[in-house]
Amino acid sequence: MTEIAVSSRTLPVGSKGHHASGWWGMLALIATEAMLFAYLLFSYFYLASHAFGAWPPDGPPHLRISVPGTIILVLGSLVMWWGERGIERAKRGALIAGLASALVLGVIFIVMQGFEWHGQPFTLSTGVYSSLYFTITGLHMLHVIIGLLMLAVLLLWTALGYFDAARHSAVSVGVIYWHFVTAVWLAVFFTFYITPRLG
Amino acid sequence: MTTTETQRAPIIARATDDSAITETLGKIWQSKPGIGGWLSTVDHKEIGKRYIVTAFIFLIVGGLEALLMRVQLARPNQTVLTPEQYSQIFTMHGVTMIFLYALPVLSGFSNYLWPLLLGARDMAFPRLNALSYWVFLFAGIFLYSSFMFGKGPDAGWFNYVPYTSLAYNPGPNIDVYALGMVLLGISTTVGSINFFVTLARTRAPGMSINRVPILVWGTLTASVGNLFAVPAVSIAFFMLWMDRQYNTHFFDSTVGGQPLLWEHLFWMFGHPWVYAIVLPAMGIVSDALPTFCRRPLVGYTAVALATVTTMVLGFGVWVHHMFASGLPILSLSYFSAASMTIVIPSAVAVFAWVATIWTGRPVFKTSFLFFAGFILLFVIGGVSGFMTAAVPLDWQLTRTYFVVAHLHYVIIGINVFPVVGGIYYWFPKVTGRLMNETLGKWNFWVMFIGFNVAFFPMHILGVEGMPRRIYTYASGLGWGTPNLVVTIGAFVFAVGILLFLVNVFVSGKHGEPAGANPWDGASLEWSTSSPPPVYNFAVIPIVASRYPLWEDRLDEGPERSSVGTGLLLDKGRETIGTTSLDAEPDVILKMPGDSYSPVLAALAMTGVFVCLLLHSWWGLAITSLLTLLITIAWLWPQHSLGQIETQP
Repeated sequence: MTEIAVSSRTLPVGSKGHHASGWWGMLALIATEAMLFAYLLFSYFYLASHAFGAWPPDGPPHLRISVPGTIILVLGSLVMWWGERGIERAKRGALIAGLASALVLGVIFIVMQGFEWHGQPFTLSTGVYSSLYFTITGLHMLHVIIGLLMLAVLLLWTALGYFDAARHSAVSVGVIYWHFVTAVWLAVFFTFYITPRLG
Repeated sequence: MTTTETQRAPIIARATDDSAITETLGKIWQSKPGIGGWLSTVDHKEIGKRYIVTAFIFLIVGGLEALLMRVQLARPNQTVLTPEQYSQIFTMHGVTMIFLYALPVLSGFSNYLWPLLLGARDMAFPRLNALSYWVFLFAGIFLYSSFMFGKGPDAGWFNYVPYTSLAYNPGPNIDVYALGMVLLGISTTVGSINFFVTLARTRAPGMSINRVPILVWGTLTASVGNLFAVPAVSIAFFMLWMDRQYNTHFFDSTVGGQPLLWEHLFWMFGHPWVYAIVLPAMGIVSDALPTFCRRPLVGYTAVALATVTTMVLGFGVWVHHMFASGLPILSLSYFSAASMTIVIPSAVAVFAWVATIWTGRPVFKTSFLFFAGFILLFVIGGVSGFMTAAVPLDWQLTRTYFVVAHLHYVIIGINVFPVVGGIYYWFPKVTGRLMNETLGKWNFWVMFIGFNVAFFPMHILGVEGMPRRIYTYASGLGWGTPNLVVTIGAFVFAVGILLFLVNVFVSGKHGEPAGANPWDGASLEWSTSSPPPVYNFAVIPIVASRYPLWEDRLDEGPERSSVGTGLLLDKGRETIGTTSLDAEPDVILKMPGDSYSPVLAALAMTGVFVCLLLHSWWGLAITSLLTLLITIAWLWPQHSLGQIETQP
């Protein structure tokens, strides 16, 4: 082995922000997960378009819980964005605050969804609409829970002092998943709560 | 406390065979010996070989099932199999060949070859690569678990409702299929993400997107297609399982559910999947055939674009599987026209291969015969596909043996023939030994003749009206003789496969030593030794054209690739990360070492699906928690991967 030269360019080493392979992997995961919900919502509209009688059977679902829930989830994404901006400027406290408040807001969303489920006049096996409602919102909730677990682990790692302005790609990767969970909810919310009011 | 290196200017070095650096790299990349190393390895070459071997075991199992069916159908009114056994066997034959052989074998090729073709040291996510293999293996066993007890899936591989609803199909048969497919979907998805990121990140400097081999285009297209298509089938099977176990009504027409929703979701997945299991195989031919024609592929750009176009169109043709389902005529017309347009990119590829042979100087090695045979079978399968794309003809032919003939010409013709030809081509790279040519030629002709004797008469049986999936037929219909011919052909084809396996075993032990580049090939894998060292390349090559090893004789320009001289990355497991389109050096990627996390995560995940099947909620809680803990341990930021700044 003969050394010939040293490359004229200095390159970053290892996982750095959007240079991390994990960032690309997460984008691909989000693409396929987005398709999963696209197929679910396709099923909703397909079955709705073939329904006899009223759709939804009990009229459009009320907005008393879902609208505040939506606002809370969007707020969670905003604070998370602010927290990530914090660590980029070496403010670890901002990241911890962002992660912790997104975590709390996410848990509140889950609890509110619990009340929403509990208050429904139908159960999973009542009919086609109820099957769709519980399956799709349930799968979304599962994604919220996975997102919350990510935030919790990131919070632990931040508290252990793993991240700083130069190295925090795990945070960037986790945070886009959290934004994705919010974006999917907006599509689910629009489908279940808004489209029945449009016709 | 050591600080992580954040910046480095890589050293450019010249590789020689017996230098200290190859020893250092060997130590860095070598897996531990013994069972521990076997379970924890993340070497893409090991994983690729396992994929291929496992897929071939499934091919043999599926083939034996096919032979059983052929014995049953050889004469009218046979009673070798009961109707229930026949249903399970034809279903498992389809499931095995389509899901457990056809894609996994191509994933094996691409896993083994991609980093070697791209001038990298491993896939972008080595541990994820191991995970996708283990999940594939466990999902395959899961799908076979109930078949062992005579309760296997029995409703055909496309599993139409309402026959698969609980009312008509009690027992675990369909639940095993449903959950097994969701589990297998995880493996496919993880693998597809890995291929996508590997392409986007780990090509050698200079290997811009218009210089990657066509196999890479094929697998990339298949992977992106899978990312968009697999969720459809996962969610369809999940909904079916919910219908069966939790009394939901997605497909239950008695309360407003729609059986047609199943067909839509299944084929929205199913048709892109057909392309996923052929495009990488066509890529094998596009890369290997030119070596035996002693010239570059004719129309590289056209073939690459045709590959992508086929997949894009493939997302808009699924209804041609449902022409007889009672959809509006307007819809049928659209999907019929869309299906016919696929002939255009397919013909582009066929003409490119024919022109490559025509204008080249063919060397008639076994691989060449398999690739030439493939072209012929692809044309026959393409014509019968074009025929069934026409609605009125499809109404006549659907659910008959004509369709069975068509799909076997397409899948065996475009998948199995290129795969076997590809193994003859790359076997010397993998093992360091050439396969026997005499046996190889016997192998080809027996397979080729057996295949056509087995499947061509099925066209005629289909036109005569013999329905597919019947377990027997009455005498006096005139179907007896063609069926006997088909059965004889099937056994001849099986002998051909046997000859292939014999050649693999004999040549693996006693074959002639191959050297680095026995076929005088053009791409980067032939620049490294056979078998390649664990680290693939001592230095990362720098690429200046599509055919780095043929530049002197092609003399297309003044630039030359630098294969023996390149980036020296030896501070731990490292490879170069480059930009997605132009392949400019962008980052030095730190690669993870061997790990037990993938196999443990795959086991825990399989446990989750077993518990779902058994309705064991405590088990589900425990296996889910285990999956979570293993994942956290896996992802724990590591100093050695440059994920955290300082060693805590």
